[in-house]
Amino acid sequence: MKTSDVIIVGAGSAGVPTAMALGELGIKSRVIDMHPSPGQGENKHAIGGVRATHSDPGKILICRRSLEIFATWEKLHGDPIEWLNGGYVFPVFRRHDEMMLKKLLPVQKKYGLNIDFMEPRAIQQLIPGIHPQGLRGGTYSPDDGSISPLLAVNAFYRHAVTLGVAFNFKERVRAIRVKKGRVVGVQTEKAEYAAPVVVDTAGPFSPELVRTVGVDLPVTPDSHEAAVTEPVKPFFRCMVVDVRPAPGSKNFYFYQNLHGQLIFCITPDPPIVGTDKRETSIFLPRVSARIVRLIPRLKNLRVRRVWRGLYPMTPDGSPLVGWNRQISGLLHATGMCGQGLMLGPGSGEVVARMIANQSTDDDQMILEEFSPYRKFKSQEALK
Amino acid sequence: MNLKRITKHPILKIPQKREVIFTWNGTKLTGHEGEMISSALFANGIHIFGHHPRDHSPQGIFCANGQCSQCLVIVDGLPVKSCMTPLTEAMAVESVEGLPELPQDDTRPRIRSAATREVDVLIIGAGPAGLAAALELGRLGVQTLIIDDKDRAGGKLVLQTHKFFGSVEDSYAGTRGFEIATILEEEINKLASVEIWLNTTAVGVFSDKIVGAVQGVKNSRYRRIKPAKLLIATGAREKMLSFPGNTLPGIYGAGAFQTLVNRDLIKSSEKVLIVGGGNVGLIAGYHAIQAGIEVVALIEALPQVGGYKVHADKLKRLGVPILTGHTVVAAGGKNQVESVTVARLDADWKVVPGTHKTFEVDTVLIAVGLSEVNEFYLKARQWEMDVFCAGDAREIAEASAAMFTGKIEGLKIAQSLGLSVGEIPREWDYKAAILQSKPGPVVSRRPPKREQGVFPIFHCYQEVPCNPCTSVCPVGAIRTERDEITGLPYISDLDACTGCGSCVAVCPGLSMILVDYRDDPENPRVTLPYEIWRERVEVGQKVPVTDVDGAILGYYPVEKISTRRKYPGTLLVQIKVDKKVAKAAMGIWVQEKQIEPSCIYERELPPDEAIICRCERITAGEIKAAIRSGVRDVNQLKALTRAGMGACGSKTCRPMIWRIFQEEGVDPGTITDRVDRPLFVEVPLGTLAGAYKGGRLENK
Repeated sequence: MKTSDVIIVGAGSAGVPTAMALGELGIKSRVIDMHPSPGQGENKHAIGGVRATHSDPGKILICRRSLEIFATWEKLHGDPIEWLNGGYVFPVFRRHDEMMLKKLLPVQKKYGLNIDFMEPRAIQQLIPGIHPQGLRGGTYSPDDGSISPLLAVNAFYRHAVTLGVAFNFKERVRAIRVKKGRVVGVQTEKAEYAAPVVVDTAGPFSPELVRTVGVDLPVTPDSHEAAVTEPVKPFFRCMVVDVRPAPGSKNFYFYQNLHGQLIFCITPDPPIVGTDKRETSIFLPRVSARIVRLIPRLKNLRVRRVWRGLYPMTPDGSPLVGWNRQISGLLHATGMCGQGLMLGPGSGEVVARMIANQSTDDDQMILEEFSPYRKFKSQEALK
Repeated sequence: MNLKRITKHPILKIPQKREVIFTWNGTKLTGHEGEMISSALFANGIHIFGHHPRDHSPQGIFCANGQCSQCLVIVDGLPVKSCMTPLTEAMAVESVEGLPELPQDDTRPRIRSAATREVDVLIIGAGPAGLAAALELGRLGVQTLIIDDKDRAGGKLVLQTHKFFGSVEDSYAGTRGFEIATILEEEINKLASVEIWLNTTAVGVFSDKIVGAVQGVKNSRYRRIKPAKLLIATGAREKMLSFPGNTLPGIYGAGAFQTLVNRDLIKSSEKVLIVGGGNVGLIAGYHAIQAGIEVVALIEALPQVGGYKVHADKLKRLGVPILTGHTVVAAGGKNQVESVTVARLDADWKVVPGTHKTFEVDTVLIAVGLSEVNEFYLKARQWEMDVFCAGDAREIAEASAAMFTGKIEGLKIAQSLGLSVGEIPREWDYKAAILQSKPGPVVSRRPPKREQGVFPIFHCYQEVPCNPCTSVCPVGAIRTERDEITGLPYISDLDACTGCGSCVAVCPGLSMILVDYRDDPENPRVTLPYEIWRERVEVGQKVPVTDVDGAILGYYPVEKISTRRKYPGTLLVQIKVDKKVAKAAMGIWVQEKQIEPSCIYERELPPDEAIICRCERITAGEIKAAIRSGVRDVNQLKALTRAGMGACGSKTCRPMIWRIFQEEGVDPGTITDRVDRPLFVEVPLGTLAGAYKGGRLENK
């Protein structure tokens, strides 16, 4: 039987960076995924936005580290991941949105975020063509940006392989194996693998995975649709988040990637709960109407492709990261709520340090916030 | 002045079109109102429509079919497919140089949400299969909507100037494709329950069982169609080859060529080389010569051509060399193709050193097969819709087969709607299978020994599904072996022949002649079918008469030229010949001279330079490198290289990528294919949003 220090279930946004971080600490891991290559679960459905401008300290800290990894990756490792340091802009049109965003600023600044509320004119400069009607200004966080999820996960994967991480693709984990309350490995459809630690980074499939050892995880997948357009000459650099609701949807957001393509996504309201990833005819007309109202010149931009991906949601919108209290050696790093791409590299390091018994004070604070055993009270303000 | 238009054609009438002025990068040019912009540009000798943002490579026409987005131009500030956008007066057309700039039009459009149209039957594609199905459905009164992205019905029938094979009763054998399109459309127009939306492009099939379509070219409108039954009759697309220089403007599919030449009457080229000896390539060669375009050679990798022998023979008789066992090595040229190098292949498909030949050409036509346009069908299947499929979208075959499978699927749909249509005759499936069958082996036949009277000779040496000669013989003397449609034709009673010539006129293969010994047994009169330049066969003129394979038998005088009313395109040329050659005569040589290739081939280009993904400009070398690094998931390959991320959605590169996996010795069972997603054709955000100009709502 093949043995390793750690088995990671899921080679996606969370799993691959975790394996990479473990490798950096000299801990050998094996990553097992049912998909044929890295990031083929939900990672590739992400549109690519990465930001540290959250409202909870734990997320802010983790994502600041993630941004550092993304921003320096090409320089340190050579492979491009299309990091675009364009910032995030939340333009506001309603008084209470303005109040809400302004109220968050002190906490965000306290944790070192570079963010400010800008006047309408500045927002119009950041987003050329934004319709000025009712525009009250908006927040701008220039250190945020975007990357190609496809390239990033593959870059992390290649680096993990050079660090000695083993990857098993097209292999579904049937069950986590436990003896006397301790994890001993996993059983896949092909073989058994032994390890004293199993990390659950299975995202929307985590509940199914940990149910095999009697653990009930509060992760509920829901689905979001996204699309990409033809490329045109880049004319803005930031991620635009319109937080207003509209019939059938909550916020929607988009940016123009380095190739000049607009990539956008919308949050359905009510949420579409479940693991259905089939494209619907409703999404495009709905999101298009909102986009062309916000930036009318985009009416002439042609949509190329649509897709649908899953957000593994938790009751309060924050991830579940921590050791399982019933089963020794089972570590959850899941329920990223659609933010796995931006949380992944930072949380991978936190998880690696937990396994290596090297957690820092910041880690302790983060882990308290993300504890799978926390009381789920309120929704995060900035989802 | 337009120099690159076809002003006379042996088969096609040249319609009078209104001339309009338009500008190309600011220069005033003349075009025909309503013709596709790409054709107007070709008519003005413009073949380069822009330069790619990634490597500044010149871009030009490729599919001429609205599928590939290679032919983008900027019209009034917006990128459009030039092959799908009709020319209008004073249109400002510009080349696309790198990434286009989005116009700064910041007015909010008015929005109306798209209503969902419910229909009993939706047919995607108004080609031979779709129209044949609609005819059956319409006759039964079934509410049917056909959508098609072109401005006229008929699909690829409108490009087909040759006479069809098959049988008269089932597939209009002997009638030319474009005429069949007209017949079918007229029939459809008589049926009250059938509606056709032209200029309407299906763009996706969604899991809520709705087909998304874009109607109209300018100010287009997004339509959501919810059919109870869906028929996919989307036809086929052309495959591409991988060789250095393969994306130079001037290298495109034989079908694209037929669109330019036969539909739009553009003299797209002066000299072409054709790659591929299937029927598409062979027929394209024939069409080229009819359009006054020289064919320097047709090459085929296999030891023999795969298309019908009669098509190959027609080309050979006109003077086109057919080089079997040859492949294309590279195309040369700076901004567009100027030369093409071919070489002989050995038994292991390797190029034989020193066999390179370079032809100076301005066009290379790729005719290496077709693949099904099946993305709509596969999606509809995935969503468990009540979906049917006919024609090439189902299985690549001749248009005659497409009409037949369309008819069958039409009746099956009616049945599934609960209509009593009776049993669908069992033999129909058999007939459909026969119409799709590959040609048989070549056999040798001897002509009758007799040297008196008048009778036909069949230079028809290969079983193909075709028998119109049996239908048109007024005395019923022509039959086929075993009385089967694929059987070789023969004359059952030599004495019965009246010498009417109908069989010669109808024969789609142009492989029948009439020999008449009655006036002068020593110098019999032969009647040869002829469809090329009229001025080459004036009465009294001596013409080079060839045998079936194009060997010149001698020069003999033309005595008379006539046509049959039903087959006006085929001239019946009566020539007085020596009795020694009478039975062997079959054709009249046309090409002035054979174009000699040069042996100069300066540099051995690495095949890795070939472009595989045209949209993103990804080379064979980049794809091989990824495969060699261990990539076995086409989705990962796409993520890493961008191959297949472009506008066309991997329509062209997919088979080529699979081919590279094969060449790299990868077990196909270990490869994961890409996930296909809508949209299958790009649609503006404004159109999807329901934006419209002006206050008037159309009621459709």
